[in-house]
Amino acid sequence: MLSDPVRLLDGGVAIEGRPILRGIDLTVHSGEFVALMGANGSGKSTLVRALTGLRDLTSGSLSLFGTPLEQFHDWHRVGFVPQRSGAGSGVPASVWEVVASGRLTHRRLFRPLSRDDRRAIGEALEVVGLTDLARLGVSTLSGGQQQRVLIARALAGEPDLFFLDEPTAGVDLPNQQALADTLAVLSGRGATIVLVAHELGPMAPLVHRAVVMRDGRKAYDGAPLADHEVHDPAFGEPHTHHHHAGRRDHAHAPHVAGPFEGRRP
Amino acid sequence: MIDLLSTPFMQRALIAAFLTGLAAPAVGTYLVQRRLALMGDGIGHVAVTGVALGLVTGASPTWTAVAVAVVGAFLMELIRERGHTNGDVALALLFYGGLAGGVLITGLDGQSTAPLQRYLFGSILTIAPGDVLVTMGLAAVVIVLCVGLAPQLFAVAQDEEFARVAGLSTRAYNILVAVVAAVSVTVAMRTVGLLLVSALMVVPVATAQQVTRSFRTTLALAMGLGVAASLGGVLVSALVSYRADVAPGPAIVLTSLTGFLLAWPVGLLLRQRRRRAAPFAGVVPPEHLTTEHPHEHGEECGHRAVQHGDHLDYVHDGHRHAAHEKHYDEH
Repeated sequence: MLSDPVRLLDGGVAIEGRPILRGIDLTVHSGEFVALMGANGSGKSTLVRALTGLRDLTSGSLSLFGTPLEQFHDWHRVGFVPQRSGAGSGVPASVWEVVASGRLTHRRLFRPLSRDDRRAIGEALEVVGLTDLARLGVSTLSGGQQQRVLIARALAGEPDLFFLDEPTAGVDLPNQQALADTLAVLSGRGATIVLVAHELGPMAPLVHRAVVMRDGRKAYDGAPLADHEVHDPAFGEPHTHHHHAGRRDHAHAPHVAGPFEGRRP
Repeated sequence: MIDLLSTPFMQRALIAAFLTGLAAPAVGTYLVQRRLALMGDGIGHVAVTGVALGLVTGASPTWTAVAVAVVGAFLMELIRERGHTNGDVALALLFYGGLAGGVLITGLDGQSTAPLQRYLFGSILTIAPGDVLVTMGLAAVVIVLCVGLAPQLFAVAQDEEFARVAGLSTRAYNILVAVVAAVSVTVAMRTVGLLLVSALMVVPVATAQQVTRSFRTTLALAMGLGVAASLGGVLVSALVSYRADVAPGPAIVLTSLTGFLLAWPVGLLLRQRRRRAAPFAGVVPPEHLTTEHPHEHGEECGHRAVQHGDHLDYVHDGHRHAAHEKHYDEH
């Protein structure tokens, strides 16, 4: 369909002359929950940065909601949850203020917050379960809670399409579960979600489709995979712990594996 | 004292101090938020060249300073954005180039550096009526931009990538902050002087954050503290003017620093209290470690009650006691 939220044709990204992504075709349909997976350095984060316009494509074409990126101005339809950065800002900021900055896509210059803005901010805080902590400084929260603040910020803009870059990295299991619950609510409302993750954990049941990146190319696009399948050597990831563990397991017997066969039961 | 306050030059000084105190911390908050606290200092040094150009050519030093400072701020922002040079190295290059250029240009004309001194350390009491009008106009522009565009400037400084995906032109906002910083440096030039201007941008913000938890209250409180320090410094220097020669610039900066010294222990106490009252994380242990306890915990017992999941833990000599049936559990 022409108005698919994301439509990338033959996309390539080179950073300072070094080709990072090559020949990527990716279409995300409305309401789909896509997991972008792959090893560190496989290009999954670069891909999501290209899809949000943070990285210029060096080849290929990208359109969002049927509009070529260069002419796309409906940024209120897009919500971005970046990787949590380690360095905080030099001035304290409250949870509420950070979430409120998610409304900027709807606000005009030199105008105060409207009642609609305040309602959206309140709802976003409620969905991620941080209403009680709204007045606290962001820097006093735990890593998992900070990640939920960033998700609430994207939610406050009430977008149709979400990009999340490794929201579960460094987050403990209860907080991962809280994230998964939030994403389930969004997905249930019909939002389109593109999630970058190294491992899915509690989010696995929500995913409709998995895309696995390998060395800057798309290695797999189809039904959801279990975490250990993504790291299968068939996807060209020779340096993970799975590989070494596998070699030790099979030290005394030659092992022949099919491309989608899990290394370990 | 009343006589002194009613003199025209003193009234001009107080107006200039009030506006400087309001404008400098407003833009300073954004510089501190980006961890560019010393940027004001860098622009101040570059502006020295501008003032020297004005003195030598006979043009208004205020306007030549504005022009050169804006160009310098623009360059700093470009160097920072390109990221090839370390941010603080870029600042240092401009620092020394600006200061050396200013002193050199003044010397070229065979002038002494005495007029330049007035701009380096401020000479608020010699401000002409025309200068006050220029200061008022520029300060108003700085304040309107810093307060009116607060949501956008906050978002860009807080998370640049998010702001870009939200459709904001982050480069335009970054350059705007740099230019506004340059303008407020020249606004503050006559009151605190180019070499001390950064103090009025940074110290009130540092003082405010000792007690605040949100950006908006930090911005508002920093502006209030800036005004208090500026007016206080001018009054102090006027009061002692019969006995000693105290320049208003250093008096303003030292008043501001005194404020920080007073706020610092308050901030320490506040943070400590908040940390102690923060709820305990983690699940309640399944095993019951019962403990003997001589009295009943409650509101009156004097032990700190801290939320832990669905109940309260009473903090007690390094223990945490939670009520359970007729006894207390160790948590």
